[in-house]
Amino acid sequence: MLDFPRWKVLWIIFVLVFGVGLSIPSLMPEETVQQVGLGRLPRINLGLDLSGGSRLLLEAETADIAKQRLEQMEEQVRTEMRRQEPRVDIGDISTSGGRLSFFVRNVAQLDAAVERIRTLTQPVGMGGQRDWNVQVVDSTRIVLTPTASGIASATDSAMEVATEIVRKRIDELGTREPSIVRQGSNRIDVQVPGLKNPEALKALLGKTAKLEFKLVDLNADPAQVAQGRAPPVSQILPYADPKDGVGIAVQRRLMISGDQLIDAQQGFDQQSNQPVVNIKFDSQGGRRFARTTQENVGKPFAIILDGKVLSAPRINEPILGGSAQISGSFTVESANELAIALRSGKLPVALKVIEERTVGPQLGADSIHAGVMASIIAIVAVVVFMFLSYGRFGLYANLAVIINVFVIVGVMALFNGTLTLPGIAGFVLTIGTAVDANVLINERMREERRRGRSVPQSVELGYKEASRTIFEANVTHAIAGLIMLLLGSGPVKGFAVVLLIGIATSVFTAVTFTRMLVVWWLKRNRPTEIHI
Amino acid sequence: MRLLKLVPDNTNIGFVRIRFWAFGLTALLTVLAVVAVAARGLNLGVDFVGGLMIEAQFQQAPPLDKVRSNIDRLDVGESSLQTFGDPKTVSIRLPIPESADEGATNAVVEKARKSLQGEFPGVTFTRYDTVSGKVSDELIRNGVLAVLLAVVGIAIFSWLRYEWQFGISTFVAIMHDVLMTLGFFAVTQLEFDLNIVAAVLTIVGYSINDKMVIDDRIRENMRKYRKMDMKGLIDLSVNETLPRTVMTSITVMLALGALLLFGGHVLRGFTAAMMLGIVVGTYSSVYVSSSLLITLGLQPRPLDAKETGIAGAERVGPKA
Repeated sequence: MLDFPRWKVLWIIFVLVFGVGLSIPSLMPEETVQQVGLGRLPRINLGLDLSGGSRLLLEAETADIAKQRLEQMEEQVRTEMRRQEPRVDIGDISTSGGRLSFFVRNVAQLDAAVERIRTLTQPVGMGGQRDWNVQVVDSTRIVLTPTASGIASATDSAMEVATEIVRKRIDELGTREPSIVRQGSNRIDVQVPGLKNPEALKALLGKTAKLEFKLVDLNADPAQVAQGRAPPVSQILPYADPKDGVGIAVQRRLMISGDQLIDAQQGFDQQSNQPVVNIKFDSQGGRRFARTTQENVGKPFAIILDGKVLSAPRINEPILGGSAQISGSFTVESANELAIALRSGKLPVALKVIEERTVGPQLGADSIHAGVMASIIAIVAVVVFMFLSYGRFGLYANLAVIINVFVIVGVMALFNGTLTLPGIAGFVLTIGTAVDANVLINERMREERRRGRSVPQSVELGYKEASRTIFEANVTHAIAGLIMLLLGSGPVKGFAVVLLIGIATSVFTAVTFTRMLVVWWLKRNRPTEIHI
Repeated sequence: MRLLKLVPDNTNIGFVRIRFWAFGLTALLTVLAVVAVAARGLNLGVDFVGGLMIEAQFQQAPPLDKVRSNIDRLDVGESSLQTFGDPKTVSIRLPIPESADEGATNAVVEKARKSLQGEFPGVTFTRYDTVSGKVSDELIRNGVLAVLLAVVGIAIFSWLRYEWQFGISTFVAIMHDVLMTLGFFAVTQLEFDLNIVAAVLTIVGYSINDKMVIDDRIRENMRKYRKMDMKGLIDLSVNETLPRTVMTSITVMLALGALLLFGGHVLRGFTAAMMLGIVVGTYSSVYVSSSLLITLGLQPRPLDAKETGIAGAERVGPKA
């Protein structure tokens, strides 16, 4: 072991210089990094608990997606049965139990009806499965049951769209480097660093932004409406602002929906100077809006957002240009929020915040400061103690520990790792445990020397015997770290990353690197005694 | 320069001799820890029970009862208050508002902020966490699973690598460490949150590290001194590794001490747990895992049998 080939020396030095070099951008303030043109090098990201910011975990109700699909299927079946001649007469449609079932009045048409319905189902994935199962029950009823893979693929595509829309909405807020990641089958993890106003973000993401225009039902009896009863063609919807009243009866039939919008901007009403949202329909939507407003001049219509009536203005004249104005009890902020939500599109499914963590920027800055302070003091304490205990060999170990600190930072930057507060704890702990390898080696050398072995023999045996122990101890330690990484959430993960990187790099610096230093010293000085 | 030597050369402390006393003490403490957890329970944070946690930073240390009555006036559910080591930082825990509306939690936070700022000028909310019951259940499950998997995984590793006795003794010793840590949290009622799970896993990792070093030395000595009895052999191994045990515990304690004093209030519970774990883990390396090897009947001889078995097989080879 005492001969160290030149290529090995060069290799060790190269690895360490590379590691230390990678750490440099992360250790400088961001502005300086940009100034000296190192902006493109990888840097460590700060976790939200250090940078300040918000993390939201959003969850979609899978049941909602299933319900929507069922409603869509019902609509499709009704149209399909009427679309072609001969029309199939159906009745007693039920959607209870998550299945769609209906009755075919003319038994002779049953097979034809089944044929037509099959064309409505889609194949999903491999293996020839379809998204709906079509069955005939009692030779008169057709039952459509959603298959598990059908629901899974519907959830998947809904979540894909939802993630995209969430991204658009957050981008509109103009925050820097948000992270929006799908998690599991029906969740989205949103992290927005340095956000001043997390309430706005939550309000924005909580909106489905389903915009509808419906005519107000003027035939409904106000007394009945007050009791919550409406004629069959209408429904009672609550007002968004309780000040406007309890509810209003609107026709079920849609005038036009927000799907046909091409733009939405916050603006002000020309007369009242109240904040409003100006919207613009696409050409088809514009024509449709023009037609319905022409037909209904003088009547009120309801502007409905997510099932709540924002306002119900009267149509004073036909609206022909494809532009319209949404009025309501808005503030500038809430109007702007709605404009963003409408621009980014409707969420295919409502999202609920099931976990939220917000850290103020001041606490984050304090934590970084405290973490850096603790790290420096820990390093100084360990370095002094090691030097007092092992002299020259302590110095070698210290050099290894200090290089290790930089290499950990460098490796984390290389993997674009995120440093969190528990990560700092992992860092400090690594400083304490990294010297364990050197303690093992040095103690072993002491022992061998006491047993009367020569200096080179003691050094050789010290490294050889201790290396085995170090390997075993670190493998088991890494098992704990790996499990944390795989099963842990949030802070546990941040801690595990640092711990694992620290284990890997510390073995290299504490064993390989110090051995090189010791061998150099032995070769140059040929000592007959070692102080250890 | 004279070097600092905390442990003299060639110590010969009879660790194993008092193992029955140590077993008794260990068993008693472990039972007490379990009783403490069962009787007092852990002070679980919002991570594990769900709810809303607001951390408020005051200009001066506020009287807690005044803060409590201020919050209770808002009628936002039962509050529980706690200071974070530093009397100026108060954590306020509230239930999640019933209403499914996204704005509801914000409304509560805003209400609390206004009301507190009225009575205590200059108070700021440095962070707040909202965790729904669904997420907290998952976090508990994952936390428990992680700790169990780590303990079992490590036990299996040392069983495969050494004799089965090592697997069992490590498993028992680490369970002891985990239970003692939980007991510590039950007695002190320090908040038990996600960070503490990381601390417990770290204790598991450190403790196993420590046991591996001694186990490795026992194995080495079993090869070297085949005639020595197990008690003497374990005493020798523990004594030989004693300087390392002391040195490493001290360096880790120095690092953790720096973190405890200077690392800020958020990590205080985490660091306290780890410091305790280092002490417990070091103790259990000697008095639980190593001593247990004797009770489990580990002998240097099975090793001989294994080796002759392999040698025999080699001899059979050419004949066949």
